[in-house]
Amino acid sequence: MRALSLFRHGVHPPDHKTLTAELAVKRMPFPARVVLPLSQHAGNPARCIVKVGDHVERGDKVAEADGYVSVPIHASATGTVSEIGLWPHPNGGYQPAVTIDVDPYSAQTRRQRLLPDWESLDQGALVKAVQEAGVVGLGGAAFPTHVKLVPPEGRKVTTLLVNGCECEPYLTTDHRTMVDYPERVHLGIRIMLECLGVKRALVGIELNKADAIQRMEETKPADLDVEIMGLRVRYPQGAEKMLIQSLLDREVPSGGLPADVGVIVQNVASIATIAEAFETGLPLIERIVTVTGNGVKKPANLIVPVGTILEDLIAACGGLTDDAAEVVLGGPMMGTACANLQAPVMKGTTGVVVLTKSEVRSREQQPCIRCGHCLDSCPVFLNPQLLGNLAKNDEIQEMTDNHLWDCMLCGCCSYVCPSNIPLSQMFAAAKDSARRAQASKA
Amino acid sequence: MSMKLPRLLVTASPHLKGPASTAKIMWHVTWSLLPVWGVAIWWYGPSAFLVVVAATAGCLLPERLFGKRGSLNDGSCVITGILLGLTLPPGIPLWMAFVGGFFSIAFGKLVFGGLGQNAFNPALLGRAFLQASFPVALTTWPAGGGEWWRLRGDNFALPLMRGDPADTVTEATPLALMKWDRESEAAQALGVDDLVFGMTGGSVGEGAAIVILLCGGYLALRNFLNWRIPASIFLSVAVFSGLLHLIDADRFASPQFMLFSGGLMLGAVYMATDMVTSPVTNRACWIFGFGIGFLTIVIRTWGGLPEGVMYAILLMNALVPFLNRWTQPRVFGTGRKKGAPA
Repeated sequence: MRALSLFRHGVHPPDHKTLTAELAVKRMPFPARVVLPLSQHAGNPARCIVKVGDHVERGDKVAEADGYVSVPIHASATGTVSEIGLWPHPNGGYQPAVTIDVDPYSAQTRRQRLLPDWESLDQGALVKAVQEAGVVGLGGAAFPTHVKLVPPEGRKVTTLLVNGCECEPYLTTDHRTMVDYPERVHLGIRIMLECLGVKRALVGIELNKADAIQRMEETKPADLDVEIMGLRVRYPQGAEKMLIQSLLDREVPSGGLPADVGVIVQNVASIATIAEAFETGLPLIERIVTVTGNGVKKPANLIVPVGTILEDLIAACGGLTDDAAEVVLGGPMMGTACANLQAPVMKGTTGVVVLTKSEVRSREQQPCIRCGHCLDSCPVFLNPQLLGNLAKNDEIQEMTDNHLWDCMLCGCCSYVCPSNIPLSQMFAAAKDSARRAQASKA
Repeated sequence: MSMKLPRLLVTASPHLKGPASTAKIMWHVTWSLLPVWGVAIWWYGPSAFLVVVAATAGCLLPERLFGKRGSLNDGSCVITGILLGLTLPPGIPLWMAFVGGFFSIAFGKLVFGGLGQNAFNPALLGRAFLQASFPVALTTWPAGGGEWWRLRGDNFALPLMRGDPADTVTEATPLALMKWDRESEAAQALGVDDLVFGMTGGSVGEGAAIVILLCGGYLALRNFLNWRIPASIFLSVAVFSGLLHLIDADRFASPQFMLFSGGLMLGAVYMATDMVTSPVTNRACWIFGFGIGFLTIVIRTWGGLPEGVMYAILLMNALVPFLNRWTQPRVFGTGRKKGAPA
């Protein structure tokens, strides 16, 4: 096995993974109700197809895909639709959602297959089945997976990269997926390779997950062209572009896709989910979530039904400590803080990190002293110092001229800034207003 | 389900913060200057102590009066004061050092908008102001060593009064010897040892190149200064003075002499590396340093002054915005040739 570190810059925050790295994945008890937002993936929100009072079985479709870049949403527990309307959304505000009161007497057992066997599928049928299963990227962005399975016209994908970096501090979902379900990951890789006609697969795992690397090596099927690669521990090693550079020394062109350099990247949990869907015949209705941080009493890696309300999830982990101050959905570098614990877990929720008062101590912003540390940390070689100055003056056009769109909001610049300037927050806001300006022009 | 719900914060990502802070950087630089100051006190006695204190006091006053509230705590003002003090002759009247400090902060920093806004190194601007205003006081170099407790000049002269220079022993700096008296052999006879360990006449903090290098090395290791700047300054000084020395060893001083004499060490390690007034891109830092080294040799060799580090740095400070613009990093996934319009 080789250890690679071709990507430069980045940062190395303390990883805090020991809280949950050793804890095997356990199933959480079914909650009293689940709430399924219609918008929990990138692209168009799903269209609701049930009405209040309907009885739904676990795995039944409650909303169908609206267009190509969209996926259906399925009931994650057997029960009765009790409400369809606005509900607190993890990203803030309220969004349409379907509430299901879970039938406390249901065994929630598996039922007959909803999905076909994968062996018989060609590429087109696989893509369709993956969309029907409601699979999205489980690494956080929740981009519909089936879209990524079809390379754009004229692009030939030859390599599948499986992203097992999990470079975000605290999170151990991908880590535990590889330790507890390595066979499932390999099955997912097999499905992808055989159905997509891709030749080989590389699994990139950061070196701080030695047990995951070992388990993946042990369970590797002999007939599969898979290589497990150890990667230097460096945030954001798991960013798509950085991973491709580290594993293959290829640079995805600015504004381009991994397919432009002959690659398709899938998160390890998404791969495992595809395998699981074809194994059980059930769509994506639950996922592994790391509940961790010093603000939660009993950190754990749990299998959680999608739609579980955060309050129930945290209660299943012993509740919050007295000094809990901020609940972050996803990793602490790119995750969003959520103040309303009525919001549900979504397909893209990788973890719930609860930070304590002393950990969120806000620090006063100071003037920029042009130290240049942000330039030395930016993994895509932007000039955050210049962009920050432009953002302050609202010069969005200048910012896009200076490659604002190449910024992936990884947060490295904010992390290193000695003056506590919220650079990535400013860039996110600038991207939003640039997007709005484009939309109003169109 | 009843759970006591705490009041939860909502802040933007990233929710983790690295260990660096502006105040930490500034105070580390300040602490690292103390050994340099200590050597100066050992060599020039109480005068070295008083001059630095007066310059620092001169810096603190306008920052306190006109600066943003709490801006004294960020430490940058103290650095300016100590650095200015270290560039002055030990015998200078204290009121001049104080006025220099006041000018440094008031006109070198605050008029631009405070920390992070100034284009020129404030300490050097203050020194340039003093050099223009009081040329004699700024070029009177008392001798070091001797009785430790003795003042090295009329430190307590009152403003605008004629000092009493009677009992001051002065000596020419090595650079002045070389320049005015064409005594380049005499100057070089001092030996690099004396220069490295600070046994020569000169400004308060010009001695002890070795101490400055060690302190700068510590700062570079902690990433509180960009090592590329001093490295490129040393390299270009060595290259240019080496070339001249090869052409005519009698007329032009050796590279060792050029490197370890005058304010070059202090300037390269502490002045040129001031984060606010140096470039942000690493490539620009190399160019910046080469420019300073080149200009220093040009001024020292052909200019009207024996020492050129100060003006070399100030001139290159003026070029920093252009250097930054010309050396934008190549953005990931863009062609090698395409630069970013700035």
